[in-house]
Amino acid sequence: MTMQFDLVSPERSLASVKANAVDIPGTEGDMTAMPQHAALMTSLRPGIVRAVSDDTEIKVVVTGGFVEVTGENVTVLAEEAYSVDEVTDEVIEKLEAKAEAALDGKEGSSLDIAERRLAETKALRGLLGR
Amino acid sequence: MPSLKDLKLRIESVKSTRKITKAMQMVAAAKLRRAQNAAVSARPYSQHMRAVVANLARAAAGAESAPRVLTGTGSDKSHLLIVATAERGLCGSFNSSIVKLARIRARELIADGKTVRMLTIGRKGREQLQREFESRLVGHVDLSGMKSIEYRRIKEVAADILNSYDQGEFDQATLFYSRFKTVITQIPTAMQLIPIPVGEEDDDESAGGVFYEFEPDEQELLIELLPRAITNQVYSALLENAASEQGARMSAMDNATRNAGEMIDKLTIVYNRSRQAAITKELIEIISGAEAL
Repeated sequence: MTMQFDLVSPERSLASVKANAVDIPGTEGDMTAMPQHAALMTSLRPGIVRAVSDDTEIKVVVTGGFVEVTGENVTVLAEEAYSVDEVTDEVIEKLEAKAEAALDGKEGSSLDIAERRLAETKALRGLLGR
Repeated sequence: MPSLKDLKLRIESVKSTRKITKAMQMVAAAKLRRAQNAAVSARPYSQHMRAVVANLARAAAGAESAPRVLTGTGSDKSHLLIVATAERGLCGSFNSSIVKLARIRARELIADGKTVRMLTIGRKGREQLQREFESRLVGHVDLSGMKSIEYRRIKEVAADILNSYDQGEFDQATLFYSRFKTVITQIPTAMQLIPIPVGEEDDDESAGGVFYEFEPDEQELLIELLPRAITNQVYSALLENAASEQGARMSAMDNATRNAGEMIDKLTIVYNRSRQAAITKELIEIISGAEAL
């Protein structure tokens, strides 16, 4: 049993395939969506979306965005997305710099959010094994 | 009757005009391909985005705390018209047809006694609107120096728009741009940006009693999602606009090249005729001169 997996960023569509399971880094925790999953919407934190089908595995680094899960579809609306092979050290550095720049001028709860994002962005390196 | 020399100069000048328009046409064709690709590859995202927003909006509808971007301010006194045009001319009626649409809307709104403010994107639109609506222009976004439409830059533009909405500077925002249909057809379009129109038409497809679980809850998701939805609307409209501009320029330059060709043909005929006339005249003079002897 499979479901339709789409991953799109504002500039382009990165994946549109059938998948058996999709790992999603949600803001409230990681989850795996499988066919017949209950309808769900969640926002994303910086992390890796992984879609597994019988013969392939797609890994995409996302910086944030949203996921819509229905029984038959998983649609990822990524803010920025790079397939794992595209992610060089340079890209990671750029993302980290951007997350750090976002701290400027923030206070209270939005500072907390920005700080958490920065930590999550930094954690990307470990997830990618660099 | 212009002299032979004048005609020759004229033909030369039209020929060089033709060369330029031909070159511009080819440049536009190359740029069009890129712009069209960008516009087409951005479409899936906006389609999905629209569907997600519609779902969320339905879930949040009726809640008192629903964001104002969705529900509106409850009045429609003041309007913001965002007019997106090109930075350059020589693209047929592309710029003026967008401006015309915006101008008609602005006049209607003013006649109804509403407050109208305008934000222009692209130099050409500003130039054309300045004459009539000078005092109403509140801002301008310069696209020059941007090779392609950059999402990051548009994000700032959209954030500014949302900011002034939150400060109550307007109740409704409408975006004017040109939708890219084919290379020769671009449709000037007015799109309501704020409040976000929640379409009822796709009810049969996605609604069907699907209840989503939200993580975090609806409100938090909406607060994050809506600015992005707006940004995306502006972004995709500008991409469409860029493709339309190149399409319009390409067909305008194609016409110009063809017209120049026709003109050259006509001028060449006139040139040959007057050359022949001059020769005949000289011959007659010689012959009659010889006879007089």
